[in-house]
Amino acid sequence: MEPQYQHLYEMLSQVRGFIYPNEVDLQWGLLIVLYPYITGLVAGAFILASLERVFNVKVLKPTYQLALLTALAFLLVATMPLVSHLGHPFRAYEILMTPHSTSAMAIFGFVYLWYLMVVLLLEIWLDYRRDIVIWSQQTTGFKGRLYKILTLGVKDLSPRTVRWDDKIGYFITVVGIPSAFLLHGYVGFIFGSVKANPWWSTVLMPVIFLFSAMVSGIALVLFIYMVVTWFRRQKIDMAALDSIAKFLFYILILDFTLEGLDQIHRIYEAEESFEILSLLVHGPLFLTLFIFQILLGTLIPLISLGILQLYKPKELTRRIIYFSCSLLVLFGIFFMRWNVVIGGQLFSKSFYGFTDYKLRLAGSEGLLWALVWVILPFLILGFLLWLLPPWKKLEESTS
Amino acid sequence: MATKGIEESRRNFIRKAAAAGGLLATGLLNPFNAILYAVEKPTDPTKHWWGFGIDIEKCIGCGRCANACKEENNVPREPFYFRNWVEQYTIKNDGSVKVESPNGGIDGFVQTVPKEDIFKAFFVPKMCNHCYKSPCVQACPVGATYETPDGVVLVDETYCIGCRYCVQACPYGCRYIHPEKNTVDKCTLCYHRISKGKTTACVEVCPTQARIFGDLNDKNGELVKFLKEHTCLVLKPHLNTGSKLYYNGLNGEVR
Repeated sequence: MEPQYQHLYEMLSQVRGFIYPNEVDLQWGLLIVLYPYITGLVAGAFILASLERVFNVKVLKPTYQLALLTALAFLLVATMPLVSHLGHPFRAYEILMTPHSTSAMAIFGFVYLWYLMVVLLLEIWLDYRRDIVIWSQQTTGFKGRLYKILTLGVKDLSPRTVRWDDKIGYFITVVGIPSAFLLHGYVGFIFGSVKANPWWSTVLMPVIFLFSAMVSGIALVLFIYMVVTWFRRQKIDMAALDSIAKFLFYILILDFTLEGLDQIHRIYEAEESFEILSLLVHGPLFLTLFIFQILLGTLIPLISLGILQLYKPKELTRRIIYFSCSLLVLFGIFFMRWNVVIGGQLFSKSFYGFTDYKLRLAGSEGLLWALVWVILPFLILGFLLWLLPPWKKLEESTS
Repeated sequence: MATKGIEESRRNFIRKAAAAGGLLATGLLNPFNAILYAVEKPTDPTKHWWGFGIDIEKCIGCGRCANACKEENNVPREPFYFRNWVEQYTIKNDGSVKVESPNGGIDGFVQTVPKEDIFKAFFVPKMCNHCYKSPCVQACPVGATYETPDGVVLVDETYCIGCRYCVQACPYGCRYIHPEKNTVDKCTLCYHRISKGKTTACVEVCPTQARIFGDLNDKNGELVKFLKEHTCLVLKPHLNTGSKLYYNGLNGEVR
């Protein structure tokens, strides 16, 4: 037996019931779990940012730029897991050069580029333009040169121009909200439109993906805001934190309701695939679905945050609860993606059996690569916070 | 005025009744049968429109088709890659269904269920359904998977990026990622042979003529004759894939 097939022979011994012979090799692994996870964090963080800008929720001001930079850091990495899992990564550009118009996946490239180039980069640039010009005059060395490049040669700081920056920025955020919805709803559609797979094929999939994206993005900004403030040894803005947690609570209710609706609908209709899906959730997915996603990732944060809406303990307790809830939600949504992507491939399309998924350490689908794609956005965010610190900007704009 | 109103509503009623009756009559004239799955295409009925028939009642489960396919098309020999395979269905007296396909049936089958417990047992050869509304062609992000004008679903391996979306989109499990090429691979209906007027490798070796390769546009051809003389069904018809792989003797248990 050649070593390259060893894991497949191991899989073959794990098969229960009957699966089509070609199904032994599970096609989408951990990297494809990360792809909707990371994209969701981007969409969620952006939507939180736009609450402040468009809906004028002023209390969220301290997290506005942080949320935008977080969205950018994760967006830059979002396609990496997808590209690195391809059989031919160097042919990936073909998706943009010769996209196939009927393919859900083909259009994602354009949605992604639209979001990155038109929405996020432009919005951040316009928001920081005045500061970049000022910083480019005050800073020397490498950083100063970077600022000079980032001004793109526009150094006009007249009140009229700055006002225009703000107006265009506002307009872009308004365009950005449907774009963020599109970005992640679209990722949901990539799965939801696969009619061959009854675990994926539901019209609710894009909506569920969207709301779970908002949940995870808000939790991420909450987490990063607390960590960054702690690093800077600054006092946390409790009003902002309470508001973010409130939004997290509301969206979590919506998300849980939608997912519940989807499951109730499946159970009540009990179509051809019902038996195998029932075996799936009570068997191979039990731990990741009922314990990780629903109990730890949804119910505990929901109850904790719900209690805080009625009763406000002292600040430190609240901070600890918020911090734990953000981590639990991030953990839970990761396993929501896991349950969709991996869960949808564990049962055979013959509905007569199951295969297994063994996470490998090395290799392009392995844990190590996945960790790279999880850690990289945090490093990028670190760099962005060094280059475009929101707190310096705040001081200047208030002075 | 009133009479006019009544007359008008009567006229409307007759018009509607005629339309409904017309629909009903069309329905009776064109009863819904298996061949309807292939009548929408192609636009040019003078050209080939390849399809495939499998007679489950004739299949003996020898697995020679699956083996011949691997030989002819250089399919990796490991038991995870099949363009063509055979499944053994055993329906027991208690109603439970046992399905097996060890090494795709290439090494033959051993019936493990005691004879007295068997209600029904049969073999189902499987391969690409060469759907004309195929979900894999729809899903491919770069158009590397395409349908030829004569109705065969093929893959351009110099173009495939290996994203595996088509593998997910195929409801029949007919695609795999070639372990050396890292691109998707599937049944080509032996395109290199049929375009030279030969038949497919699997048809050639079948000892019981359980496999019928043919042109759906050739109204006097073997495949159309097979469809005429048998009650044929396609797999998973509710998915509306436009499958052109027709089975005679297909049980409801087969998926």
